[in-house]
Amino acid sequence: MSIFEYQFMQNAILTAFLGGIACGSIGVFVVLMHMPFIGVCMSHAAFAGALLGLWLGFHPLIGAFALSLLAAAIVGPLADRGELSPETSVGVIFSLMLGLAFLFMGLMPGTKSGALELLWGSILTNTRADVIFLGVVAVLVTGLILLFYKEIQATIFHRGMALSVGIPATAILYGILFLTGATITVTLRSIGGILIFSLILNPAAAAYQLTYSMKRMFLLSAGFGMLSGWMGLLFSYLFNIPSGATIVVTSSVIFLLAAVFSPKRRVKGWRARPLAEASHD
Amino acid sequence: MSETVIDIENAVVSYREDVALRGVSLKVKVGEFVGIIGPNGAGKTTLLTVVNGLGRLLSGRVKVLGHQLTPGNGHSLRKKVGYVAQVQTIDPRMPMNVREVVMIGRYGLLGLLGRPKRHDWEVVDEMLRLVGMSHLARRPIGHLSGGEQQRVAVARCLAQEPEIFLLDEPTASLDWKAQTDILELVKEIHGARNLTTLFVTHDLSCLPVACDRVVLMKEGQVCGEGTPVDQLTDENLSQLYDMPVSEVKKRRVESIPV
Repeated sequence: MSIFEYQFMQNAILTAFLGGIACGSIGVFVVLMHMPFIGVCMSHAAFAGALLGLWLGFHPLIGAFALSLLAAAIVGPLADRGELSPETSVGVIFSLMLGLAFLFMGLMPGTKSGALELLWGSILTNTRADVIFLGVVAVLVTGLILLFYKEIQATIFHRGMALSVGIPATAILYGILFLTGATITVTLRSIGGILIFSLILNPAAAAYQLTYSMKRMFLLSAGFGMLSGWMGLLFSYLFNIPSGATIVVTSSVIFLLAAVFSPKRRVKGWRARPLAEASHD
Repeated sequence: MSETVIDIENAVVSYREDVALRGVSLKVKVGEFVGIIGPNGAGKTTLLTVVNGLGRLLSGRVKVLGHQLTPGNGHSLRKKVGYVAQVQTIDPRMPMNVREVVMIGRYGLLGLLGRPKRHDWEVVDEMLRLVGMSHLARRPIGHLSGGEQQRVAVARCLAQEPEIFLLDEPTASLDWKAQTDILELVKEIHGARNLTTLFVTHDLSCLPVACDRVVLMKEGQVCGEGTPVDQLTDENLSQLYDMPVSEVKKRRVESIPV
């Protein structure tokens, strides 16, 4: 019997595919809007929320979603106002969330296998229901990006400018934070609470090195996310090592390769020509 | 008889504990070119945000293009008001080219879910030609110099087909040549389209000579209004910038007129 015939393996392959697309797309926002710290903050909040759910006996995903949105509600306005650098406040929230996560873990009675699963991630224990849930979020993320592409593009480029031409940029920003929270929540258990943010950041950071077109950046990033998921899963299976970690390490390797071969490293060469041209007119 | 397009009455705006505008009234007629001048922190930018509906009024009344401004209706108004800010720092790796950035100007007009059509791209290309930036249309936006970026911002504004043109220190931090180029461009556009224009600056030498009228602002209030010749006297400037008249005279003689 081939490995692909096991349902747990099919679920894992689908999870890697859908999670890669959702995380890769969300990552483009995180990279271009310069808010990696907000993403880190939200993913640790989700981790803490899931542990809270485990401890108090409600569904971990509800806790994860609620706490990541709470974190977004606290740090979102800081980024929105944009007058002071929000790093310090975000740093405080981030460390608080990590502290809460470990606190909940400590308070939890009995074996902590569920908690450890949230920490490490375990893509191989995903159920069909998990996959469907993830599929819904992946469709939601890509659908909304396609539908509101031009509003999103303008908001990413410059929020103040988007507002000044009549685009509801503030609503778009909060919509983006909401989607980030949803994506983190549904991929949390597969990749692991501490690692999930790498799968958001790395594919987008790699795509960012390679293109000057935002559309292509979305496509590349989703592609890299998928590739990281599948390759990571393969290595995890071949060498019998934790899947979340292999997925994240694979995504980092993809980033490193992209950075090394990035045409944008030659920005200076790019500039030399336009300046020469400009002096003729 | 020319119609009033901007009618601000006793506007008060405050950010947290600072009062940015303390009862400012201003009427602007269609096609007028108004220069607003004053020191940093005088409330000049806030006055512009009142016109495009981004500033929050504490009290007073603002009527722009026949619409009474309320907190909810800013979006529709902003589509008709073009706004050029100071040179922005743009990520040199930002994955957008010049043409795409100019297209953002049309996004408000297209509405939610609307897609740019061929006509929209034609407008964009025409505006790029107008500001002399066609040759850089496909260049990543982050690779442009400050002066080039401001030309793109002007093109973006015009692509919006605005009825009011707001310029908020568009020449700040540009070199002398880029400054004069932008001023020349703004003057040309105003002349060719008779576009109602509000031009804010703290720098006297950047005030376009084409201004029909200047408004002097200090500490959130209008402290003078009239023709440039009447208003830009050494005495008024000495008050505006808290400087002895002799010092104003000396500096005005030394500065190179634009």
